[in-house]
Amino acid sequence: MINLCAAVLLLLSFAMISQRRTVALVDLFTAQGVTLAVSTLVVALGTGQRHMYYSAALTFALKVIVLPVILRRLIRRLGVQWEAESRLDVTVTMIIGLLVVIFAFGLAEPISALATTVTRSTLGIALAVVLLSFLMMITRRKAVSQVIGFLAMENGLFFAAASATYGMPMLIEFGIALDVLVAVFVLGVFFFQIREQFDSLDLQHLESLKEK
Amino acid sequence: MPWSTWPGYSPIDATLVLAGVWLLLGVAGLTAARNTAFVARIVFPLGALVGLMMLGNAIAGIVAPVGARELLLGLPDMPFHVRQDALSCVFLALLGGGSFGISLFASGYFREGPGAAPGLLGFQYHVFLASMAGVLIADDAYAFMVAWEVMALSSYFLVVTQHKVPAIQRAGFLYLLIAHVGALGILLSFGVLQQGSSLTFEAMRATSRPAVWASIAYFLALFGCGAKAGLLPLHAWLPEAHPAAPSPVSALMSGVMLKMAVYATLRFSLDLIGGPLWWWGLATLVLGLGTALFGVVFAAVQTDMKRLLAWSSIENLGIAFTGVGLTLLFRGFGLDALAAIALLATLYHCLNHACFKSLLFLATGSVLHATGERNFGKLGGLIHHMPWVAGLALVGTLAIAGLPPLNGFVAEWLLLQVFLFTASVPQPFIDMLVPLGAALLALVAALSAYVMVKFYGVVFLGLPREADLEQARDAGVPERLGLGWLALACVLLGVLPVPVLRYLQVVSAQLLGTTLGGRLDSWWLLSPISAERASYGPVFFLVGLVLVVVITAAVMRRLYRAGERRAAAWDCGFGRLDARMQDTAEGFGQPIRRMFGPLFEIHRTVPSPTDRAPVYAVRIEDPLWNRLYRPLGRLVLWLADLVSTLQRGRVSSYLLYSFLTLIALLILVL
Repeated sequence: MINLCAAVLLLLSFAMISQRRTVALVDLFTAQGVTLAVSTLVVALGTGQRHMYYSAALTFALKVIVLPVILRRLIRRLGVQWEAESRLDVTVTMIIGLLVVIFAFGLAEPISALATTVTRSTLGIALAVVLLSFLMMITRRKAVSQVIGFLAMENGLFFAAASATYGMPMLIEFGIALDVLVAVFVLGVFFFQIREQFDSLDLQHLESLKEK
Repeated sequence: MPWSTWPGYSPIDATLVLAGVWLLLGVAGLTAARNTAFVARIVFPLGALVGLMMLGNAIAGIVAPVGARELLLGLPDMPFHVRQDALSCVFLALLGGGSFGISLFASGYFREGPGAAPGLLGFQYHVFLASMAGVLIADDAYAFMVAWEVMALSSYFLVVTQHKVPAIQRAGFLYLLIAHVGALGILLSFGVLQQGSSLTFEAMRATSRPAVWASIAYFLALFGCGAKAGLLPLHAWLPEAHPAAPSPVSALMSGVMLKMAVYATLRFSLDLIGGPLWWWGLATLVLGLGTALFGVVFAAVQTDMKRLLAWSSIENLGIAFTGVGLTLLFRGFGLDALAAIALLATLYHCLNHACFKSLLFLATGSVLHATGERNFGKLGGLIHHMPWVAGLALVGTLAIAGLPPLNGFVAEWLLLQVFLFTASVPQPFIDMLVPLGAALLALVAALSAYVMVKFYGVVFLGLPREADLEQARDAGVPERLGLGWLALACVLLGVLPVPVLRYLQVVSAQLLGTTLGGRLDSWWLLSPISAERASYGPVFFLVGLVLVVVITAAVMRRLYRAGERRAAAWDCGFGRLDARMQDTAEGFGQPIRRMFGPLFEIHRTVPSPTDRAPVYAVRIEDPLWNRLYRPLGRLVLWLADLVSTLQRGRVSSYLLYSFLTLIALLILVL
């Protein structure tokens, strides 16, 4: 079951890389959140650890309900529902993503050998998700998709933590959740600022800020 | 000392309290930033009083057992450690005594005008004093660095008091830059010394390390201290920053702060690293002598009073580091008795320089206030208008020129004595070459006397070169008190070398494990090596000098009863002397410019013979500025340009950088 979730998560990451429409990205992100919540719940059921239940509930509330809602509203208010990324060579990115996944698996092998959790085999996938989200941030040029990449990266980290050590202490998890929420708010404000300045959310325009 | 035996008295606690009072005084000044009268009449005199108490505490504390404390300040789990041993005490005495005179002077000096508010100045000034006390008692790398940097920053703000003048901004920036480059050296040295153990000096002393690492640590520290002391080639800030700062600040920086570098070098080499190798000493010696010669030669050709004094400070620090070098050299060969004399001579020279250089900088300040001029070409004959300042400055001038029975002579004489003993060094060539340094030192001493003749002669003697100089008024009472205190210190240090050395030798007892012992038994006669070899009795000298003067005066009065009359000294019956006939500062510098030509970069403008309005100008530049600093500056800019190509302004490239770094690091740990 865990392995299934992990596989779905990886698949969704690849989907995010290849997806061009911003709104669809949010859908994918929501799906990722659901998968994450389910996998946490499964781990919680399997190990009977109380805080994993809370963790699952928190994940669900934040990543399936709150964040997507905020993101959708942002996109609607910015009027960028139908905007698509221009110039994105999906094939090349996919191939790079493939290499990244292989790298992540190679990296995770010694670590998962040390871990004692039932979920240790999924560590490679968690790392791959982190790196893929990073890759997505690099290849995207629209501000909104970069934020989604950032959030997806956090998902990967969360999954890595859950699979390597049955999650972080509750307090830290709360802290991270709050951070993510705040980050989305702050970035939302930035979107409006950027658009006001450059009449677009294309980050290419930021190049003009460079010191000559 | 009676109070050193009081129950409950502990020198280290007293030092902490006094430094705290300095800080409080600074804050008090800050609360009434614009109230000049309050700052001048209350804050600075109280600060001076604290300085005097600091001096007393340091004198009493040197015989007390070494005290150490762990403060509540600092980072969590990283409290500041402080400790006050004999070396700290000597420099605390220097700080206290020097700051007493300078603060007294400052209470009469600072007045309303452009630039920073007086209260702000008082704050920076007292923070500066407290930070120097902090450097001297710091007992862990963390506390030391904090105090060292506060010292650099507070003095930077003092230098740029007149921060609206572009030249002063530049001078301040140069100072800050070199101070930070130097601090980096010290920080790295601590990094080498620390080697994973704790940051306390206690742990560093206890660790022994291979010679390579010890050498690296020493030279990093020497680099850092050299930047603070103005050793070649890191001297460039001194002649810029001193003229820029207000005079009491110049005095404090030159007289006291530069000594912190000597303190730190001694602390690193003899205490923290321990077991210096002889060639560290040799390198320091060569550097010190080179700096001394370079400094004095440049001092001789200056035309600005403060710039001249700044170059002279470079020279004096060169001499102090020569002493440090000799100490390390002898210590490295295990000749501890000679090392002790060299150490004492170094410390003595530091005390001396604190007295006479502060005195001269303050006198310069008085002249500047009275006339608005620092340029030699526009001064002259001030002895008639400012008799107090002229008289007291004369003491400082004679002392710095190294004339007995004043203090400058004692240290230079001691140093020369030790120099002549390098022949006992068990290393061929060294034992033959190093005594040549004695010749160089003698040359430096003679040149510095020449420089001082120029300084005093052009400013105070002769005829006034400008008409407004007639209006010059003597300094006020607090300024005279400050100058008088420092002049008194010059005389006392000169006449009573044996008691001073008895006080100083506690340091050599603690750091080197030897003292001069019985050779300091007679208080009137100083014979550091042995009585047959060489001895010096300043009291006899002073008495003899006074007797000769008094008897001559009496005889002359008796012989020439006809009466006295005042006349121009060099008029020679010609009767039409004017100010343009007297030698100028440039004139004094000319022989030096000739003799040491290759050391200078001289730009001369010689007018053509047919020019109706000829302008003759000569500009002397520091060759190191053009050959070292400028290329270095260009290199830095070029590198910065190179690095700035990384800055693409595109978020995705930045992300790519972190992605690649992450991958690289992950591969590294794989």
